[in-house]
Amino acid sequence: MSKLINGRAVFQISINFILIMLALASILPFLLLVISSFTDEVTLTLRGYSFFPEKFSLDAYEYLFQQSTMLVRAYGITLLVTTVGTSVGLLLTSMLAYPLSRRDFSKRNVFSFIVFFTMLFNGGLVPSYLMWTGFFHIKNTIFALIVPNLLMNAFFVLLMKNYFSNNIPPELIEAAEMDGAGEYKVFFQIILPLSLPILATVGLMIGINYWNDWTNGLYYLTNPNLFSLQNLLNRILSNIQFLSTNTVSQKVTTELPSTSIRMAIAVVGMLPILVLYPFFQRYFVKGITIGSVKG
Amino acid sequence: MYMMMLPGLLYLLINNYIPMTGLFIAFKSTDYSKGIFHSDWAGFENFKYLFSTSDAWVITRNTILYNATFIILGTLLGVTVGILLSELSRKFLSRFYQTVLLLPQLMSIIIIAYIAYAFLSVDTGLINKSILPLFGIDPISWYMEASYWPFILTFIYLWKGLGYSCIIYLASILGIDKSLYESAEIDGAGKWRQIVSITLPMLKPTIITLVLMAIGTIFYADFGLFYQIPMNSGALYNTTNVIDTYVYRGLLQMNDIGMASAAGAYQSVVGFMLILLANFIVRKVDKDNALF
Repeated sequence: MSKLINGRAVFQISINFILIMLALASILPFLLLVISSFTDEVTLTLRGYSFFPEKFSLDAYEYLFQQSTMLVRAYGITLLVTTVGTSVGLLLTSMLAYPLSRRDFSKRNVFSFIVFFTMLFNGGLVPSYLMWTGFFHIKNTIFALIVPNLLMNAFFVLLMKNYFSNNIPPELIEAAEMDGAGEYKVFFQIILPLSLPILATVGLMIGINYWNDWTNGLYYLTNPNLFSLQNLLNRILSNIQFLSTNTVSQKVTTELPSTSIRMAIAVVGMLPILVLYPFFQRYFVKGITIGSVKG
Repeated sequence: MYMMMLPGLLYLLINNYIPMTGLFIAFKSTDYSKGIFHSDWAGFENFKYLFSTSDAWVITRNTILYNATFIILGTLLGVTVGILLSELSRKFLSRFYQTVLLLPQLMSIIIIAYIAYAFLSVDTGLINKSILPLFGIDPISWYMEASYWPFILTFIYLWKGLGYSCIIYLASILGIDKSLYESAEIDGAGKWRQIVSITLPMLKPTIITLVLMAIGTIFYADFGLFYQIPMNSGALYNTTNVIDTYVYRGLLQMNDIGMASAAGAYQSVVGFMLILLANFIVRKVDKDNALF
């Protein structure tokens, strides 16, 4: 008997050991980023990135707080784009998903297929790019960061449609309509309040997509005044690349922030996600698991 | 009803359906002075040109080989860690590990490129400065040596995607009927035996479906991973250029619309056929898990 218990304890200890190793592997790289942002610049240049730097320093953050109007601006743009994009996106998604979930809507299969087909086939970057720039003229406008691709996608629509069909009893809608409530009243006052879990899950996923997006800025922006945080980080990164392959011109070197400042900008960029993540963690996990069940 | 759906449908029309019709651009010899619609038709010239270069072969090979590696290793790792998580006797530990493992997935690929640079930078990177000297190995110019990149990119992909895939498999394992394990226990089956005889067979449909669906998108690469992590370094193109990065560079860095649109159309059409094929196979194997 005690052998059996011992065997179990050993089994639990070994799986915990493996998982702790994997957990450390997930976290330590981020820790390296944070530590380098607090490392003295000279130490960083001489000794390289290290988990145990010889000398710490707050210079990078001091510099950021005093100097960087660019960073504040980029931060503001990211916040604005994320807020506007997430709210509009959530509204569009749920307003499209709700009719598709109604069993009494005879054309729902046709429209569901129209939505679904966009997941199977797409025209790719070239036609999209030419349309957005040539026809809608969004190059170097704030809309470039909000509208293309991120606002709504078929996957979220179908996710939400499934939630509505599985969780909202049709009798509830019938009863409300008997009482004389119109479509919009039913939707906004009954359906949405009952669907907070899915709204939170999808909203969070849209929000993360906006916060982390750099591709729209890469395609459609050349004006640095409109750069989001990720675009700013991206430009600094490409300048480093430029420096390491070309003969250094004085101008680029002076424009390039020092290593610790770059790391500090990256830390500031991921901070909101790090801080909010523990609170929203269960919605993420839920989003992944409902997404994997047939859509 | 229709009014309510209108904004969303309009968005899909503009964002998704209109670009689909734009595939015709690949058959034009685009001339900006005439505009896209009035440019001359080029027939299959753009495609002929694309496939006459070695690029077409390199990007196709890279896209497929990387994705195939990602599918195989990613599934193995995801299933293994999913099983480990499900075997934990304390549930709060399982939740804690899930939270931590998912973290890399939430960060933008740019932040991850910064981290990769902190490890790989030639004169200040952790590997060259702190790890290689321990073994007496000379510093390596990571961003100049193409041969290391299949390993680096695969490693980063697995590191980033582990949390996501293990949670999917864990959810599927938690859906398995508990009484199966109880009766196995009574029959004296050990943990290993239970995993091999119950968990894995019950996971099989999920694994098959996810793998087939991944094969359906094997022609699409993760643009961020292949563009940002190698820092767009030209010396690495042989092992880092995939269809997605090729289309982007063709369009915005070299301004070669014909080439970029031909590669894009090639990806769209072959990708579409692969998705249909994968779905067809899923339907044969397990009808309930087919996409449509």
